[in-house]
Amino acid sequence: MSINNDQPDLQRRDFIGKTVLAAGAATVAPGVLLTVANAGSDEGVSSAVRWGMLIDTNKCVDGCSACVEACDKENGIDLIERPQGQSDEMWNAQRPQWIRKVKLRDTQTGEISNLPMMCQHCEHPPCVDVCPTGASFKRADGIVMVDRHICIGCRYCMMACPYKARSFIHQDIAEQLTSAPRGKGCVESCHLCANRIDAGRETTACQDACNQEGHKAILFGDLKNPDSEIARALKAQHSRQIRADLELNTGVRYTNV
Amino acid sequence: MIKTQYRELYCSSPRYWGGLASLAFIILVGLGAAFYMEHNGHFVTGMSNQIVWGLPHVFAIFLIVAASGALNVASIGSVFGGPMYKPLGRFSGLLSIGLLAGGLVVLLLDLGRPDRLIVAMTTYNFKSIFAWNIILYTGFFTIVGLYLWAMMDRKFEQFKRPIGFAAFFWRLALTTGTGSIFGFLVAREAYDAAIMAPMFIIMSFSYGLAFFIITLMAAYWWADRSIGDLRLAKLKNLLGVFVGAVLYFALVYHLTNLYVTQHHGVERFILLDGGIYTNMFWIGQVVIGGIIPLFLLYSPAFATSRFAITVASLLVLIGGFFQIYVIVIGGQAFPMNLFPGKEVLESSFFDGVVAGYSPSLAEALLGIAGVAVSMILVAIGARMLRVLPESLEDPAEGECV
Amino acid sequence: MGSLSGIRRFAGMVVGGALMLLATGAISDSAVTKGSKAAGLDTCVAPTAAMRRNHMDYLKHDRRETVHKGIRNTQYSLAECVECHAEKDSAGAYKPVNADGQFCESCHSYVAVNLTCFQCHRKTPENMSGNGTAMREGDQRQVFGLLQSVDQPLSLSRDELTRLHAKIEGN
Ligand code: SF4
Ligand code: SF4
Repeated sequence: MSINNDQPDLQRRDFIGKTVLAAGAATVAPGVLLTVANAGSDEGVSSAVRWGMLIDTNKCVDGCSACVEACDKENGIDLIERPQGQSDEMWNAQRPQWIRKVKLRDTQTGEISNLPMMCQHCEHPPCVDVCPTGASFKRADGIVMVDRHICIGCRYCMMACPYKARSFIHQDIAEQLTSAPRGKGCVESCHLCANRIDAGRETTACQDACNQEGHKAILFGDLKNPDSEIARALKAQHSRQIRADLELNTGVRYTNV
Repeated sequence: MIKTQYRELYCSSPRYWGGLASLAFIILVGLGAAFYMEHNGHFVTGMSNQIVWGLPHVFAIFLIVAASGALNVASIGSVFGGPMYKPLGRFSGLLSIGLLAGGLVVLLLDLGRPDRLIVAMTTYNFKSIFAWNIILYTGFFTIVGLYLWAMMDRKFEQFKRPIGFAAFFWRLALTTGTGSIFGFLVAREAYDAAIMAPMFIIMSFSYGLAFFIITLMAAYWWADRSIGDLRLAKLKNLLGVFVGAVLYFALVYHLTNLYVTQHHGVERFILLDGGIYTNMFWIGQVVIGGIIPLFLLYSPAFATSRFAITVASLLVLIGGFFQIYVIVIGGQAFPMNLFPGKEVLESSFFDGVVAGYSPSLAEALLGIAGVAVSMILVAIGARMLRVLPESLEDPAEGECV
Repeated sequence: MGSLSGIRRFAGMVVGGALMLLATGAISDSAVTKGSKAAGLDTCVAPTAAMRRNHMDYLKHDRRETVHKGIRNTQYSLAECVECHAEKDSAGAYKPVNADGQFCESCHSYVAVNLTCFQCHRKTPENMSGNGTAMREGDQRQVFGLLQSVDQPLSLSRDELTRLHAKIEGN
């Protein structure tokens, strides 16, 4: 096929992000270009990285739900309409919640702590172990997610997850975001904003929102890179996994609980 | 020795077709309910992100567990060679296939995406006990089908014993597999017990035999054939043993759980203050499913009462249903303890509180349809195949060992 | 007997011919809906014939790349199908590609194949006013004409350009 013939299809592929850059790049020799391009995500995610989170519960503020709202917006959860006539209780029990705020009191000391709960991105995820079809899987970079193309909606993963991190879609979904497909009958959960990460960004929506509020309770980054902020923070202070007794080696960790 | 004559189940047409039609009607209603659930999505059910497995799963697991137990009679007959049970082997095989099919239909129709059945059948994650179960179920159909064949076709007489053994072990594996579905849920305190798998096996014996007795008596009533008292007494005594064993296992299960300090919460919940689940446990599982049937089965007052046997079997089934309900739903309703030593003050996701579940009519209809599917398969099978002996009068004296 | 088979053969030919006419009728017309971006283009991301025959396999292959390996700059992407093939109505709003008579739906209903993608995927291009943050571009698209007007074939292979574009876009 001739290059000429293919020209228009480049046009339709939104060839340009930044015209100037592209025009400049186009004049460079193809070989150079290729190496640049290959440095990108063509090989896919790599296991040299493991994404994780560190949540400082001391900084998490009572009554604040910026992270939850940001997550709902980022992942189109706010586009889901409540079925007519559904009670508050059922709506809360049935709508997807990727991240939720939990407020705790120590039964001995009375100490109050606040924290967000979401999929903990276990290194040995029970949800993946039990999924009959393999729809539940862990990416090389440690993100656990559901391939909703093959999920049959058996909900076994929801039974297996120790953190109740997963949600089943109980109704028809009229509108989705391009970056967040969603449909009735499949299971989904937090994927650490994988779409952002794949696009080269290194923050999650919840983290951005928390920072914007000035609380800075969520730190996101590469656990395997000793120089990353999160790795250094983990080294410097005591943190814990929730239900560490299950030895799942979670990617999301908490300090001060 | 009198040869046992098997004959298709013939009874007066209106009786047979009438029965079949009413079963078909129940199935239709159930299919309608399933369509309604799938069309609207599961929000029309009582299931939620808290109680993810609901009434359909209770029915399905109940039927699947009973299926493997129903094969017990055949195993006793051909593997262990009990002459009293031998003529019942064929029917036992048919019943177990029927029950399994009924359970699987319910399980399938409750999937979020039943249209992806083909995915479930072709994409396996071999780490998943659920995937293994799919293989176990398919294998069960095959092996029991072959077993039936071997029992019915004289040419294959010599394979009867090996296949019988295979079926015996396969169905032990199947029940263990079903039990392990829960055993693997380490995070849920109610399920975190090694005794789960053997308990499921003994439960399967009990429910399967109860199903067997009821369907057998119903079939013989339908067809105006007779069953001997002695034979029935054997079955009845066996049922008594199984019911007792189930109670015993339940006791051991709860005692061991009480031994483990972390599990005190869930034990308290089931045994003392879990509201509906506590009631279901004590009234449903223990009294209805255990004590009353034991009394009916062993009390000399009912020694030869067929009515008592029927009632006892029915109660065993009802109690068994409650038992599975408590295991499946009660186990989920009890909150997972994410933060030991902390109490949850606020959460939008019901952390730390007992999750509510009120099953919808559609779920119940779907579940009942599953039972009807089993029964209709058995009814049709018994009519088409020679599975039921012409007469089940007690064998002459000398033959009983 | 012979005459019967002759009649049969003839009938077969007539039916076959009619089917072929129908089929070519469907194929020769451009299926692309007017008012979609695709209408202004000569070809899709692969030659039209290949796309018609194989688009589902392409998409299926690349969806695995995207979901499991995080490769989002694949050559075939459903989001781009929608982006390009969605038609605008008179008010300038996009019509869903799976709506009656729209690009995806019309062909799928013609061949009676279930169009399941849009049970979960978005059916219209996302505009800037929508919420969410990922995959927002949009106004930069106008600028694109500039480069095109340079009007000289770039001396790059298609593949390279595809990568280049993805690289730039994904920055
Ligand atoms: S937190 Fe739950 S959903 Fe997330 S990886 Fe662990 S088991 Fe799976
Ligand atoms: S609901 Fe989907 S992801 Fe979860 S176990 Fe079943 S098939 Fe796997």
